Amino acid sequence: MFFPISNTHINPVYLAVVGFIIGILGGFFGVGGSFIAGPALRLMGVNWNYAVGTDLAHIVGKSIVAAKQHRALGNVDLKLGFIMAFGTIAGAECGAQLIQALKRSGHVNTVVSYVAIAVYTSIAAFMLWESQKTLRTEKKQSRSGVKGAQSKKDRSAFGPVTRSIQRLKIRPMISLPTSGIRGISLWTILLVAFIGGIFSGFLGGGAGYIRMPSMVYVLGVPTHLAVGTDLFEIVISASYGTITHAIKGNVDILIALVMHTGAVIGAQIGVVATQYFAGPKIRLAFVPLPLIGAAIVIYTLMTGHKL
Amino acid sequence: MKKQAAKSLRAFAIELAVYAVLVICYFFLVLNLLGNWLYHLENQHRYIYAGVALLLIAGQAVVLDTVTTLLFRVLRGRWR
Repeated sequence: MFFPISNTHINPVYLAVVGFIIGILGGFFGVGGSFIAGPALRLMGVNWNYAVGTDLAHIVGKSIVAAKQHRALGNVDLKLGFIMAFGTIAGAECGAQLIQALKRSGHVNTVVSYVAIAVYTSIAAFMLWESQKTLRTEKKQSRSGVKGAQSKKDRSAFGPVTRSIQRLKIRPMISLPTSGIRGISLWTILLVAFIGGIFSGFLGGGAGYIRMPSMVYVLGVPTHLAVGTDLFEIVISASYGTITHAIKGNVDILIALVMHTGAVIGAQIGVVATQYFAGPKIRLAFVPLPLIGAAIVIYTLMTGHKL
Repeated sequence: MKKQAAKSLRAFAIELAVYAVLVICYFFLVLNLLGNWLYHLENQHRYIYAGVALLLIAGQAVVLDTVTTLLFRVLRGRWR
């Protein structure tokens, strides 16, 4: 099938299958899947600028479906999502400006590649360490007879750090009853969102791979709620990204529409699957995703191929 | 338990098949009709194109989600 906007020929079944896989990832982990979608489009000869912009448009559609599903399951904290959207948009602009500065200096590809490898690997290593430690603690507690509601609670080995962050009294303080947070500084939330936004603007996509863990470990949001709220927040920030990229001529909406048809059904499966796994297990399953992204970037660096 | 899993799997396979037929019809009817119009819009009116692109992807998300939810409901009800 010919896509005139990006001037490429792509099999629509391939696009729907890629969308389906990304849909499952999004529904299950609350990530946009940009580290899969971008290279998958590039593999079919789509230019990087179209791959980034089109992926953002596709993320909007996919996140609407997944966020709606999570909302129905009570996994979305609307108040937190709206607050975070402001920080993310500001951060995304800063990230984009950083890219522009690197473009001007002529080091954009090298710097972004090294940052991406470092970030993806660190996230995977940290989540592997944390989720395994939490699972081991849970196992010990179940052996010593802690049962019932307490054993089903979404624990994290990073809990003491989270609690000390929540104790920071920098006004204005707000409460997030849906997430079970009695009081947290608005600035902490905005800072987390802003950092996520910088990564989104700098490395592309929705940056759910950094925002979702930050929400769990820094803000102390339960994993199920972090996944749903992250998706809801991505709807807002990716919509903004789609508009700016479309104005710059980086969006082939026809490709995004075809990819999204597969993502719809994938997202349904992903969301349902979250109900069968405990928080630490979802986090443990998340570990290979940033590593896939890192592997792709290492491959492009070593071979000099765009993929 | 095994019987229920087999039923769910069968329902899901049918859902996928029905969905695939719907999507193929969608490719050929809607995208072919929209293709040229969107191409010209992207070339001549970037700002309108940006708005239309966002509306299209959001609209498709809502419509397809409704279709899949209905499909899930109808087929699962039938196989129960």
